[in-house]
Amino acid sequence: MAFLEKNTPPACASESDRDVLRLKLSGDWVISTAAEAEALLDGFRKGPHQGVVLDVSAIGVLDTSGAWIIHRLQGALEFGGTRVKLCGLDEKRTVLFSELEKHHPPAFKPEKSRFSIVGMLEATGRQVVAIWHDLLAMLHIFGSLGMVLFTVLVQPKRLRGISVAVQFDRSCIGAVPIVALMSFLIGAIISQQGGFYLRQFGADLYVVDLAGILVLREIGVILTAIMVAGRSGSAFTAEIGAMRMREEVDALHVIGLSVTEVLVLPRILALMLALPILTFISDMASLVGSGLVAWIYLDIPPAAFLIRLREAITMETLMVGLVKAPFMALIVGLIACVEGLKVEGSADSLGRQTTMSVVKAIFLVIVVDGLFAIFFAAIGV
Amino acid sequence: MRQGMDAEDTGGRETAGDGAGVILSVKGVTVAFGSKVILDNLDLDVRRGEVLGFVGGSGTGKSVLMRAILGLTPRRSGKIEVFGHDLDRSTAAERKMVERRWGVLFQQGALFSSLTVKQNIQVPMREHLNLSPKLMDELAMLKLELVGLPQDAAGKFPSELSGGMIKRASLARALALDPDLVFLDEPTSGLDPIGAAAFDQLIANLRETLGLTVYMVTHDLDSLHSICDRIAVLGEKRVLVIGTIDDMMKNDHPWVVSYFRGERALRRI
Repeated sequence: MAFLEKNTPPACASESDRDVLRLKLSGDWVISTAAEAEALLDGFRKGPHQGVVLDVSAIGVLDTSGAWIIHRLQGALEFGGTRVKLCGLDEKRTVLFSELEKHHPPAFKPEKSRFSIVGMLEATGRQVVAIWHDLLAMLHIFGSLGMVLFTVLVQPKRLRGISVAVQFDRSCIGAVPIVALMSFLIGAIISQQGGFYLRQFGADLYVVDLAGILVLREIGVILTAIMVAGRSGSAFTAEIGAMRMREEVDALHVIGLSVTEVLVLPRILALMLALPILTFISDMASLVGSGLVAWIYLDIPPAAFLIRLREAITMETLMVGLVKAPFMALIVGLIACVEGLKVEGSADSLGRQTTMSVVKAIFLVIVVDGLFAIFFAAIGV
Repeated sequence: MRQGMDAEDTGGRETAGDGAGVILSVKGVTVAFGSKVILDNLDLDVRRGEVLGFVGGSGTGKSVLMRAILGLTPRRSGKIEVFGHDLDRSTAAERKMVERRWGVLFQQGALFSSLTVKQNIQVPMREHLNLSPKLMDELAMLKLELVGLPQDAAGKFPSELSGGMIKRASLARALALDPDLVFLDEPTSGLDPIGAAAFDQLIANLRETLGLTVYMVTHDLDSLHSICDRIAVLGEKRVLVIGTIDDMMKNDHPWVVSYFRGERALRRI
C-alpha cells in the first residue's frame, strides 16, 4: 500500500502581518484533492491588505493541477493590483511554476445551448440541403453502377464472381432460417386473427384467400425486404464505413480500382439475387404457417386448404410479389452503400450512418411498395 | 546522479522499507497464444522516477508485455505488482486507484473518435473526479499546451489531426490525472526528428517537475541515448539485458551489438 496512500486534504491558514497577508498552504495539492483546493481558494478575499505572500513550503505533494490552482489565484490577485509573492519553493517546484507561467488557457466560457427559432429554421434548411445531397449521391452511385454493369456485360471477366458468391452466401443463405421462421409466424398470426373475425360470419374458409393473397402480394416481400435491410443493409454500411475510416477506400482509389466495381456491384448483385429467393421462401413458410393454424384452430384440413388456395390465387399473385423483390434489393443495397461511403473518421459517424441506412431503406421499401400497388392497380393486375 | 535524484523525485511520497522505489515489478510472467509462447518466465523491475526504455526486434512481444502489465492480455502465469499492488488480488476499488495513477499512450493514439481533443483529455477527470467545469477546462488546456499542441487543436476531432498531433493529444490524455507511471508505446515513431526531440525533452521535463516514472517502448536510438536512464532489451522470450546505455554499448550479445553498434546506430555519431 506504500504507493497508494491517501492524500491529506489541502489546507490554508492566513495570518495578517501589518499590511501583508500571509497564506500558509499545507496538505497535498494534487488532482484528487483539486476540488477541495479550488473551493478553498475560490472563497479567498484579501481584505484591505496591500500584498499577499503565498507560502507553499508546507505543501506535501504538489502536481500540475494543484500548482495551477495556486497560480490562478496569484494571477487573479495580481490582475487586481495586489503584490503577490510566492515563497517556499524548492528547485523542482520553481521549474513547475515557471512551466505553468508559459501557458495561458483562454478564459472559460460555459457552453450554452439556447432554444431559438432561427436555429430551428437553420437546422431544417440544413436537413433539406442534406436530403438533396443524398439524392445526388444516390444518383451518382446509381450512374456509376450502370457504367460498371455495362463494362461487365461487355467484359464478363470483370465481374467478381467470388465476391458476389461470398456476399450471396452471407445475405441469402445465412438469412434463410430467420426469414423462414419470421414468415411462418406471420402467416400463422394472419390466419388466426383473420379466422377469428371471419368465423363470426361463418366465412371460415375465406381465411385461405386472405392469407394467400395478402402474403404473396404484399407481406412476404415487404417483411423480407425489411429483414434484409436490417440484416444485410446494416452490414454493408458498417463494412464500407469501417473501410472508409481506415482509409481502405482511398487505397482502392489509389491502386486504380473503382469502388463501385469492387465494393458496391458485388453486394448489390448478390442482394438482387438473394431477395427474390428469400421472398419465395418467405411466401412458402407463411403459407405453411397459415395452413397449420387453419387446420388446428379453424378445422380446415390441409387438403381443403390447398384446394381453396388453388382457387384463390394464380401464378400472377405470386409473381406480383416476386417482381418487386429485385427493386427492393436495389434500394436497400444502394442506400447501404451510399451511407457507408458517407462515413467520416469517427465511430460516432459510423453508428449514425448505419442507423440512417436501415431507417431510410425500410422507409423507402414501404414507399416503393405503395408505388407498385398503384401501378398494379392501374394496369389491372 | 540519477540514483541520488530518485529519492527526491518521490516528491514527499516517500516509500518505506523493502524494495523501495520499485514502482512496477513483473515476476515470472508467461504469455502464450495457443501453443505459441511469446514471453516465457519474464522478470522486470521499474524503479520510481526513472525512464525505462524498452527495445526488441519487431514481433518479440514488447507491446504484448505492456498489454499484459495493463491487464489487457491474459497471461498464463506470473505476478505483476504495480505501486506494490498485486492486480490479480486487488479489489475493484484498489484497481481503480491504480488505474487513476497510471497513464497509457497507445501506439495508434486510441483517442475517442467521437470526442474532441479537449473532451478526450477531460474523460479521465470527468470519470474519476468531481471537478468544476471551469477547472477541468483550464487543466485540459494546460495539458494541451504542455504537450506542445496549439490551443485551436482543442476543438478538433481526432480524424482532423495529423499523426504527430494524435500522439501528443493522446499523451495529454495519458497525463490528464498527473499519473505517477506512464506507459508509452512508441511515442516518437512517425514524428519528424525535431518533433521527436521535443517529445523527448517534454518527457524529461515532466520527469523533472512531476517525478514521473516512464515505461517507454521505443525504437528511437536518440530517445534511448538522451532520456532513458535504463534500457531493457527483450529477446528470446525474456529480458535479455537491462542497464544503462553504456552497458548496452559494452554488451556483446549479437542482437544488442547490431542494434546499438550497428551501421545505422553508428552513423548517427
